[in-house]
Parts: sequence; structure tokens; C-alpha cells
Amino acid sequence: MTLQDLIDKVLGRQTASADTARQRLQLVLAHDRSDLNPELLEQMRKEILEVVSRYVEIDLSETDVSLETEDRVTALVANLPIRRTL
Amino acid sequence: MSTTRTILICSGKGGVGKTTTTANLGISLARSGASTVVLDADFGLRNLDLLLGLENRIVYTAQEVLAETCRLEQALVKHKQEPNLSLLPAGNPRMLEWLTPKDMQAIVALLEERFDYVLIDCPAGIEDGFKNAAAAAREALVITTPEVAAVRDADRVIGLLNTQGISPVQLVLNRVRPKMMSSQEMLSVDDVTDILALPLLGLVFEDEQVIVSTNRGEPLTLSDGGSPAARAYSNIAGRLQGEDIPLMDPAKLRRGLRAKMRELMQTKIF
Ligand SMILES: Nc1ncnc2c1ncn2[C@@H]1O[C@H](COP(=O)(O)OP(=O)(O)OP(=O)(O)O)[C@@H](O)[C@H]1O
Ligand SMILES: [Mg+2]
Repeated sequence: MTLQDLIDKVLGRQTASADTARQRLQLVLAHDRSDLNPELLEQMRKEILEVVSRYVEIDLSETDVSLETEDRVTALVANLPIRRTL
Repeated sequence: MSTTRTILICSGKGGVGKTTTTANLGISLARSGASTVVLDADFGLRNLDLLLGLENRIVYTAQEVLAETCRLEQALVKHKQEPNLSLLPAGNPRMLEWLTPKDMQAIVALLEERFDYVLIDCPAGIEDGFKNAAAAAREALVITTPEVAAVRDADRVIGLLNTQGISPVQLVLNRVRPKMMSSQEMLSVDDVTDILALPLLGLVFEDEQVIVSTNRGEPLTLSDGGSPAARAYSNIAGRLQGEDIPLMDPAKLRRGLRAKMRELMQTKIF
């Protein structure tokens, strides 16, 4: 975080549009590059959960399946917290 | 194998500066002594002749050369002030169908026999026009502006260039507005290079002189020094030829107290 971000936050100002642009681009490119649309991603998320739930108990409220991209490499990142059974 | 550098100048999105870049690089390279040809592959809507001031001198195109109704020398339009530079339109605006990747390869092979640089001005889009233009390219410059739509389209094109094995692919960032960048209302140079993961060959500022030079049909690099965009383009030509020329820093343009304040505001605090 920069000083500017902090001041903006304190004053409740909108973030600079370049930040918004960067975030939106990163998301849209992750989808473009993998040829996955949000709908397919959601379907995949459900199926992954289904499979994993057969083996362990997952905290459904905390799961996160998303695309991340860096250096032209896109990764599917699934974060599936396992519920403690004890 | 020829040592000719055959470079595709492409962008995906239209109107971001492909033709302007082709014209200025062509002149710059020619001025430095390299024999250079600019091939207008955007022949449906051709503009390169206008930007170079050669619109009244085109008689033949690559089409007639391939059909053997004229010789290559007859179709090449030599630039008056810069005789090391020639223009060849790939086709005629009235005949939109003839060009295939094979035709492109055939014409480029002829050009590679006699030129050091072949610059191919690509049409916008990623459809057939792009694919034909790219068919004979060995390397590429991707032109983009610091705007979301242009960067997104550039990314698509980079993906296609990669699958065609075209390399190196380098980036030119056009229409940079240092003021907007420093107030963070425009994607920064780092943002764009990080997102696209390409080496930056150069950046060109937004510059009114680009329009003036277009009006005249005299690319900015035709005269010495001059405007920021003129310097940017001749630097890009230098780097293309392997010279080690430092990149301009948009932030350095804005000195004084306000710039210092801005810098302070951008220091990372945690
Ligand atoms: N650095 C710049 N500063 C100001 N204006 C610019 C700059 N670069 C390009 N332009 C203007 O932007 C417009 C589009 O430029 P140009 O024709 O080179 O783009 P293009 O990518 O070839 O377009 P097309 O996709 O239609 O072929 C022109 O009017 C040109 O004068
Ligand atoms: Mg053009």
C-alpha cells in the first residue's frame, strides 16, 4: 500500500482508475488465456468440490476456485479448507 | 538463409498506431543506412502510402508482381528524400480476396533477397487479414496503448504469435500521457509490460506532431531531433538494430515540487 492509497482509504475516496484497470485486465486475461468463461469455471468448481468431498469434509463456505495469471502462465488455483473432524 | 529482419507490426485493436510506427521506423532504419521496405498488408484500407506521402506514386502492387505482369522493381515505390526506403502495397483495395499466406510468403521471399529490413504493416483484428500478414514474419512488434481494450487485444495477438513460433516479440507502448500516468489515471508502463510479459522496445508519448506529420505525408523521423515522438521512434529503430539506448521515464518528465509530492505519495508504506 502506498501513502496515497492510505489517504484515499481514510478519506473514503475512489481508488485511482489505473488500479481498477489493472485488476480488471488481470481477471479478463486469465479468462481469455484459458478460454474459460465464468460459467464453465463455476461448473468446474462444483465438480471439483464433488470429487474432493468424497474423500474429505470441506468447509463449503470457505472454498475458492479461481484463475490466476502471471508471466503469461495461467493457473487454476483451488483453495479448499478441510474441516477438522476432531 | 537470409539475414533479413522481417518484422510484423501488429496490435489486434485498430487505430493504436501500427501504420504510424511502420512509417517512422521505416524512415529511421533507412536513414541509418539499412535498405528497408515497408509492405502494406492492410491493403483493403491502405494508409501507409498516405503517411509516407507516396499516395500518388503507386502503380503496381505485389499482386501484379506475383502474377508476373510487372517486375518487382516496377512495383516498389522509392521514397524521394530517403531512397533507402521503398514501399510495396500488398494488394489493391478493389481486390480483397487474392492474398493467401502462400502469396505473402512468396512476396516476402522476393523482398528478403534485396532488403535488410522488411516491415509488414498488419491490418487490425485477428482474422484472415492478420493471419496472412503474419504468414511470412520472423519477428514482431506489438503496438498497444495503455488502455484496457488495447492491452486485452494485444494479449490475444501475442498468444497467436507465440503459437506461430514468431520470435522475438517486442512491445511498443504508444500514446503515453505522462501526466495521467503520474496521477494514476492511466495504466503505468510497468503495469502493461507486467501484464503482457513482453520486453519493451520503446514508448511513444501522445504527441500532436504525429497528426501534423500525417497531414503533410512526412513522417516525424524524416527530420532530425524535433518532437518527443520523433525521438521515440528513432530510439526504437536504434534499439531494433541492437543499440543500447535507455528508455524514457515518463515520471522524469515531470519535475518540480508537484512531482516530488507525487513521488512521496507513491512510496510504499507497508
Ligand atoms: N503517439 C501519438 N500521438 C498522437 N496521435 C497518434 C499517436 N500515434 C498514433 N496517433 C494517431 O492515431 C491514429 C491511428 O494511428 P495509425 O493509423 O497509425 O493506427 P493503426 O493501428 O495503423 O490503425 P488501423 O488499425 O486503422 O490500421 C492516427 O490518427 C494517428 O495520427
Ligand atoms: Mg494502419
